Amino acid sequence: MSQLMSGARMLAECLAREGVECIFGYPGGVTLPFYDVLYEHHVRHVLVRHEENAAFAAEGYARTTGKVGVCCATSGPGATNLTTGLVDAMMDSIPIVALTGQVSSKLIGSDAFQEADTFGITRSCTKHNFLVKRFDEIPQAIHEAFYIAASGRPGPVLVDITKDALQGQGHYQPVSTIHLPGYKVFTEGHTGQIRRAAQMIAESERPLVYSGGGIVLAGAAPELREFVQLTSIPTVSTLMGLGALPTEHPNFISMPGMHGSYAANLALTNADLLIAVGVRFDDRVTGRLAAFAPHAKVIHVDIDPAEVGKNRVPDVPIVGDVKRVLAKLNKLIDETPAPEQKIAAARRAWANQIAEWKAEHPYDRSTSDSEIKPQHLMSEIDRCSGGQAIVTSDVGQHQMWAAQLIRFNEPRLWVNSGGLGSMGFGLPSAIGAQFARPDKLVFAICGDGGFQMSIPELATIASHALPIKMVIMNNGYLGMVRQWQTLFYNHRLSAVELDCFPDTDKLAAAYGIKGRTVEKPWELGPALEEAIKEPGPFLLNVKVTPLENVYPMVPAGSAINEMVLGPPQPVEAA
Amino acid sequence: MIQVISLLLENKPGALMRVTGLLSQRGYNIESLSVGRTLDPQISRMTIVVDVDSLQRAQVIKQMNKLINVLQATDLTESPAVIRELVLLRIRTTQENRTAVLKEAEIFGGRVVDSSTEGYAIEVTGDPEKLGEFVDVMSAYGEVDVIRSGSVAIALESKKLKLQPPIPTKTLVG
Repeated sequence: MSQLMSGARMLAECLAREGVECIFGYPGGVTLPFYDVLYEHHVRHVLVRHEENAAFAAEGYARTTGKVGVCCATSGPGATNLTTGLVDAMMDSIPIVALTGQVSSKLIGSDAFQEADTFGITRSCTKHNFLVKRFDEIPQAIHEAFYIAASGRPGPVLVDITKDALQGQGHYQPVSTIHLPGYKVFTEGHTGQIRRAAQMIAESERPLVYSGGGIVLAGAAPELREFVQLTSIPTVSTLMGLGALPTEHPNFISMPGMHGSYAANLALTNADLLIAVGVRFDDRVTGRLAAFAPHAKVIHVDIDPAEVGKNRVPDVPIVGDVKRVLAKLNKLIDETPAPEQKIAAARRAWANQIAEWKAEHPYDRSTSDSEIKPQHLMSEIDRCSGGQAIVTSDVGQHQMWAAQLIRFNEPRLWVNSGGLGSMGFGLPSAIGAQFARPDKLVFAICGDGGFQMSIPELATIASHALPIKMVIMNNGYLGMVRQWQTLFYNHRLSAVELDCFPDTDKLAAAYGIKGRTVEKPWELGPALEEAIKEPGPFLLNVKVTPLENVYPMVPAGSAINEMVLGPPQPVEAA
Repeated sequence: MIQVISLLLENKPGALMRVTGLLSQRGYNIESLSVGRTLDPQISRMTIVVDVDSLQRAQVIKQMNKLINVLQATDLTESPAVIRELVLLRIRTTQENRTAVLKEAEIFGGRVVDSSTEGYAIEVTGDPEKLGEFVDVMSAYGEVDVIRSGSVAIALESKKLKLQPPIPTKTLVG
């Protein structure tokens, strides 16, 4: 039975049909008809304080649940403010739907107030976008948007809706089918190729699993664990894939790449077979591509055919859903007899070699008696989390230390802006995460730079009393930029000193939330415990060693085995 | 190297922008592009000629296929295909050269579409490379103005168009 209703009402009905619980948004002139419907609709709206943060919050929601995150903004500046979040979601393949208002269809192209070509601007920021000019096109566009966002390789989809479409009245007939004749989703991998992969794995003496964000996105962590269990193959996980295999798993090495571990990078360099699943051979992982895993044959499994062969031509390409491909592969391996003795002996030697590398140069966890080292801060957060808390981060040094030193024993706990590297991501993504997982302890780790991009969201956090534990790793610098200036620009520190940082205790008080500043190592543990005990939000400002650098580091353009392991040592007198 | 791509795409607002935007975003140089309707008014056929590294050819096709509105992307560079282009050329020529110009045009299969005391307007279709020669030859006889349509191509072997079936929304929800 069809009902007479406005386009705005149809929009809300479609969102409810898609199972949307929560929208992060900011109203404006052309979205007024929609907000009027939301006034009494059960779909919850969370008012953020800047549209960019609406997109980041939707990402935080999506990243911690796997469900589609939803954000909403008005036309013109509202829509343009969303774009960083859209590109961020694009780079990390995060399923979000962005709803934007547009000026009335008859005004499009007239430079009307708050008009911007959102459809054109967001073409390259989204997996797909829609411009809807009629109320009766809304249901189709919304259901297509959700399907495109969540299926295949996930990504952001934007639906731009004109004001007159929201206002138009008509009979609402729920959409029963959507039709996207040119949109092909690859699911099952090629059986012959999977068999070839199993064969190659059985014959490999130095195999290595190179797993990434695709595992998390596909919900394939159980299949990955099973694969590693069956084969005992050592595993590295990219920044985006952390948690898919528990950090504490005996076969887990760590993160590879620019700030990856010595063992992970040497394992990649010496492996004779890479089982690359849900990864894209990103430059931050591979370093100089020509020297990456030079001895390895490559099995590459990915749902996006364009990723397979983009940066590295694989020996066995498998286009498909990593969850299904791994399940098939596991079944094949389970039916195969254990590797012959020569292979088994070589595998044991390989595992021992990796264990030696791990012992030779573990991550730096040094502490000091007089000051809080950033590594000490991350170790303390790790202790409090026990591999179970959600940790969101901004971008820079603290992000790398957090990725190195905090354990993640489940997927969807580690939330960070990997591909785009958007500063100001940590706090708003924690808002989305905490709404999605109210039961979870959520840490938002920010640098003193990124935090200052997110301060407005303290209002959102305070108004919903979200118990987010905000931790500022405060070194007084844009630390990662300073690190590069120190190492590669002859110590000429240009525009990286963050003087005039606000008194965050007063700032917290101004928003009516708890806060504390610490600078002595012995204060750190108790302060974190106080923050966790506090039932509401907590803003913890941690003053750390200002000039610490993140190691290991692979200089840009180098092979990943050419790591700088630590600061230059003073030459000892003979 | 030069790559010839044939695209079938849904005739929807913004579809052309998606294709050209993708090409510039990924750093591929467009040599020519032409677009027109097919027998089905809902579907357009586009012929794109790009200048890409030969290793990138497969990547271009894969990226094109990822566009939701693209129904089929085919690389015609090395498969049997007829590739044609149209040139409209206006030439100012002296009285003495008029006959020679006509003869040359005839050699290239050209057709005079306008004639005046100053010269001719000539239409030629053909292989894009041949058309280049035509323009060179004509330039020897006087001042020319040229417009080229860009290549259009048709594959000589039909490739089956695989369209995805409709999806019931019930399976999407919950």
